[in-house]
Amino acid sequence: MTVADRWLLPDGVDEILPEEAQNIEKLRRLLLDLYHSWGYDFVIPPLIEFSESLLIGLGSDVDLQTFKMVDQLSGRALAIRADITPQTARMDAHSICSAGPARLCYAGTVVHTKPKSLLASRTPIEVGAELYGDDSASSDSEVILLMLETLQLAGAEQVHLDLGHVGIYRSLVKVAGLAGDQEQALFEALQRKAMTEVDALIEASAIDEKYAQMLRQLARLNGDRSVLEKARGLLAEAPLDVLEAIDYLDQVAECIATRKPSIALYFDLSELRGYHYHTGLVFAALVPGHGQALANGGRYDDVGAVFGRGRPATGFSADLKALGGLGKSQSLAHSGSVFAPESDDPLLWQSIQDLREKGERVVCGLASQQPNKECDRVLEKTDGVWQVKPLR
Amino acid sequence: MSKQLTIALTKGRILKETLPLLAAADIVPLEDINKSRKLIFSTNHADIRLLVQRGADVTTYVKHGAADMGVSGKDMLLEYGSEGLYELLDLKIAQCKLMTAVPVAGSAVECRPGVGRRLRIATKFVNVAKRYYAQQGIQADIIKLYGGMELAPLMDLADEIVDIVDTGNTLKANGLVAKDEIADVSSRLIVNKASLKMKHQQIQLLVDQIAKAVCSV
Repeated sequence: MTVADRWLLPDGVDEILPEEAQNIEKLRRLLLDLYHSWGYDFVIPPLIEFSESLLIGLGSDVDLQTFKMVDQLSGRALAIRADITPQTARMDAHSICSAGPARLCYAGTVVHTKPKSLLASRTPIEVGAELYGDDSASSDSEVILLMLETLQLAGAEQVHLDLGHVGIYRSLVKVAGLAGDQEQALFEALQRKAMTEVDALIEASAIDEKYAQMLRQLARLNGDRSVLEKARGLLAEAPLDVLEAIDYLDQVAECIATRKPSIALYFDLSELRGYHYHTGLVFAALVPGHGQALANGGRYDDVGAVFGRGRPATGFSADLKALGGLGKSQSLAHSGSVFAPESDDPLLWQSIQDLREKGERVVCGLASQQPNKECDRVLEKTDGVWQVKPLR
Repeated sequence: MSKQLTIALTKGRILKETLPLLAAADIVPLEDINKSRKLIFSTNHADIRLLVQRGADVTTYVKHGAADMGVSGKDMLLEYGSEGLYELLDLKIAQCKLMTAVPVAGSAVECRPGVGRRLRIATKFVNVAKRYYAQQGIQADIIKLYGGMELAPLMDLADEIVDIVDTGNTLKANGLVAKDEIADVSSRLIVNKASLKMKHQQIQLLVDQIAKAVCSV
């Protein structure tokens, strides 16, 4: 590295300058206060852990996504967290151990070996909330509502909610007897909604025509809420848990539609995002102008089993930096500062401290300093008293 | 209320075969794309505009959501991946094959595993080639070229090439012969995942119309 490019940051690694940092930090505080007001307890999990605690069967995606190194103290492999969710799952399963439902929230930097999407940060600040110990649609609805509130607070407009349920596909391939490479190929084609490939794979797999028909339909079951009604008809002969999953989706949709009528709902019954660790409902929040979901989550029951206690679990997370980019709302803009000239006058010091206690931002002038452009007021001494005056 | 929809088209042969399909779905550019040097075109629908780009860029635009949908060769999708997008329709246009090819005389057989040195492959489809030879159990060195792949074996830069084969005439003219088929290629209608979720009605309608046009060809 030459002196000329010493300043260079690695690809996908960003530094955040004052104005944006201020926005992000304000939003972080607002969000954590919001979660607190919903009964979620804030936790601070560590930045590094033993790899095997972080990589708890969440699929090879997360494994590849995680930076690893060797711990010089223990000789064991350490990893930098790429996701905070498994950490909160451990805290719930092992460290907190509450008998009833537990609500946890967090905000912290995670590190990704590769950016999740084209221009995503490799060091996003993951903010989110998780609800453990309850397997009803009410807890999924609560978490979704909190996710929508999160976006609203960040200043997102025209939020779209995407709902799916991985249990439907999982149950259908199981009853159809699809496994191994065949199932993997179908899974992969379904994620791309490559209909010709889906149809060809189902054709080639020689499964029972009844289930072949259902899997073909599944690939096409996406759209507004009428999809659920259609699914009930087309999948009427499916195993009971498929129909229960559809009812479950309907129940959650009803709750969201009643409480957040302005949210556009979209259903995709073959949405398989996070299939390897999600166990039920999956959801994402989208905003026009963004090619990727801004927040997402879902149910991941029994992930905590590897830590000694399997529990129902659901939650969501988002990248605080991406959310900060939405914030054009006035509430986030900060008011100007007061400039204090350099002086040894003890009265000035007292005035400055008084103003700061009232929440004002006061910049003490240095000999080399003129009031900068963020200062809109100045402390001036008139008749022996320091007073705040508009800056001329 | 309908939302603005941006469709990215791959220029060249694919474009020529795409326009009739769009026309069947009643989407017609307001000026002749082939005679203009513009890259962005209005259509007879105020809410639909077309971009004209290289194939590899179409996938980038659609993945990133800079375009809602696009028409891209399957070769590009195999090479650059399909994360973040759906391949809703096989348009069955610009059909060809991704193949390996070797010089007619002295085939590269002696370079196969267990015998001699590693196989050298010249291609612009680096990811496709890596995956394919690994699947075949062959350790290969991949050389990225940007065009005229046929030249590489002749100049002894590579033992084999991986390229798109349509008629096979270019191979023949350069003393090469197609060997193994890697994949069938045709153009796909691709859609950004977030766009489909947010503009579902609008996009689905369009997809259905284009699907009808594909079937009737």
